[in-house]
Amino acid sequence: MSILEGLHLAINGLTANRLRSILTMLGILIGVAAVILLVGVGNGATVAVQQQIQSLGSNLLSVFPSNTRSTGGVQQGFGTGSTLTMDDVKALNNPQTSPDVVAAIPNATGRAQITYGNQNWNSTLTGTTQDFPSVRNYQLASGAFFTAADVDAANKVAVLGQTVVDNLFAGGDPIGQVIKINRISFRVIGVLAPKGASGLNNQDDLVVTPITAAWDYLLGGRGRNVQQIYVEASSAQANTAATAEVTQVLMDRHHISDPTQADFQILSQQDVLSSATQSTGVLTLMLGAIAGISLVVGGIGIMNIMLVTVTERTREIGIRKAIGARRRDILLQFLIESMFLSGVGGALGILVGVVLAALLPSLVSSLPAPIISSPSVIAAFGISVAIGLFFGLYPANRAARLRPIEALRYE
Amino acid sequence: MITLEGITKVYRAGEFEVAALRGISLHIPEGQFVAIMGPSGSGKSTLMNVIGCLDQPTRGRYILDGYDVSNLSEDQLAWIRNRKIGFVFQSFNLIPRVRALHNVEMPLIYAGDNRQRRERAMAALTSVGLQSRASHLPNELSGGQQQRVAVARALVTDPAILLADEPTGNLDSESSLEIMKLLRDLNQQGRTIVLITHEPDIAAFAQRVVRLRDGVVLSDEIHPVALNEMVP
Repeated sequence: MSILEGLHLAINGLTANRLRSILTMLGILIGVAAVILLVGVGNGATVAVQQQIQSLGSNLLSVFPSNTRSTGGVQQGFGTGSTLTMDDVKALNNPQTSPDVVAAIPNATGRAQITYGNQNWNSTLTGTTQDFPSVRNYQLASGAFFTAADVDAANKVAVLGQTVVDNLFAGGDPIGQVIKINRISFRVIGVLAPKGASGLNNQDDLVVTPITAAWDYLLGGRGRNVQQIYVEASSAQANTAATAEVTQVLMDRHHISDPTQADFQILSQQDVLSSATQSTGVLTLMLGAIAGISLVVGGIGIMNIMLVTVTERTREIGIRKAIGARRRDILLQFLIESMFLSGVGGALGILVGVVLAALLPSLVSSLPAPIISSPSVIAAFGISVAIGLFFGLYPANRAARLRPIEALRYE
Repeated sequence: MITLEGITKVYRAGEFEVAALRGISLHIPEGQFVAIMGPSGSGKSTLMNVIGCLDQPTRGRYILDGYDVSNLSEDQLAWIRNRKIGFVFQSFNLIPRVRALHNVEMPLIYAGDNRQRRERAMAALTSVGLQSRASHLPNELSGGQQQRVAVARALVTDPAILLADEPTGNLDSESSLEIMKLLRDLNQQGRTIVLITHEPDIAAFAQRVVRLRDGVVLSDEIHPVALNEMVP
């Protein structure tokens, strides 16, 4: 008996009990659709997180002060030390000692209460140097960024993020306007292009000033302290080399010889990316596993129905055996039937899953758009057919092993 | 064509052993039309299962068309049933939901014999006069027509013997007569036929009647040809 012949028989058998076949298929359909959809949501989340992290710059290194240790040995929080200085930044910008570093910028942050006219807005203040747009991967939407001269002179100039502009200027042009940051007047000289507000934090809600001006006028009481240094490596591949150079330069400057005693820590976006990818990968796996359970339930449904079918058709099996069907012919007939059920259910499930995935963003806007990859579709279809094979094997084998005289006598 | 030597069949029912056949020896030459008769419990169904290779004898030898089939595996028996035996059952045993022509084709499908399959099935259906019913489902046919489809199915592989188990048991007398005339015609074309029945007037179509009782051959007589020709 050929496969084609078996398929013909299977369709014939399945159409004899249409409702039952459709309900059985539905079990697999729901399972496969759930797998496709949930894995798609997981993948969507992974990609969203990756994009978010990459928008910070995949060649970005962050240098933090190490934990401070009180005299009693009590660990303070991460980054609580104040060991980084502006001179460290300058040293890192020396191409002789750190050739893989394109630029290093300091970061001094605080909250900023900004007012313009009768509008006010609370935002994040970032005090830094002229290399900020390049290192932090920001474009300018209008105006200009401040220069090295502005930093040296501690000029009271500010560059705003789009969110701040939206909240203070309501459509007006902010360039050249004077705003007050923590009651000190600053002139707006540029607006950063939006990076897109995504998930964790809004990267467009910030106001950037020369670090010197921030120290002098805005972050009073904290001294000339650099909370963080951002280092731009020449490429994502140069991250390792740049990390080594930064480590060496800072250890030399801080007179530390043992790397385990370093008073700073370097975190690359690559590290952040890989750990985030890992956790979203676990999420995807979990979602897939939960959906997989419904697929197994669907498989049990197939087995159940196939057992009923075999019992119902005992006499037919007897007839087929009497006219010359071998065990494998009967086995094949029922296996093809169960695999056809699961295969068609799976194919329809893929269709439903893809359609639901396309509709999902408009139904639930808080979820990242699901991403359906062709390997997951192929795998889902393969698994559904395999489920038909696995759960069909026992009933089919039962049919194949019926003795012809007993099967013929069955009423 | 068929040689049975000392066929014994013992069934176990719990602790008891029931001997359905106790040493049956029988030779059926090619082209013969044999009726096997006997009351229920005489072992004729068991004998039919053995001859039809649906069951294997406990002891004894069975040669069918030159093949010793007493000790074959299940799949080998399936092959013998497919190639050497054409079955006609009391309850027709057509496969439901499958059209008449496809039912007739079925043995060829299992034979893996695809040469002009459809044409050969159609020819078999034509030989029983049902070419116009080829695309009907079994439940759209009368009992007599269903049985003729079953005969066509039995013939399609050109088997060595036609084994008919109470072929008229579920038919009215008119259809019964039709089926028996069909079998007689086939026999006259040279087909070996083994007929199992308990009705004397059905057995009368055969040339030879073997009577069984309690698992042994009670009588074995050749009928006068005259009886065979009483029916026009």
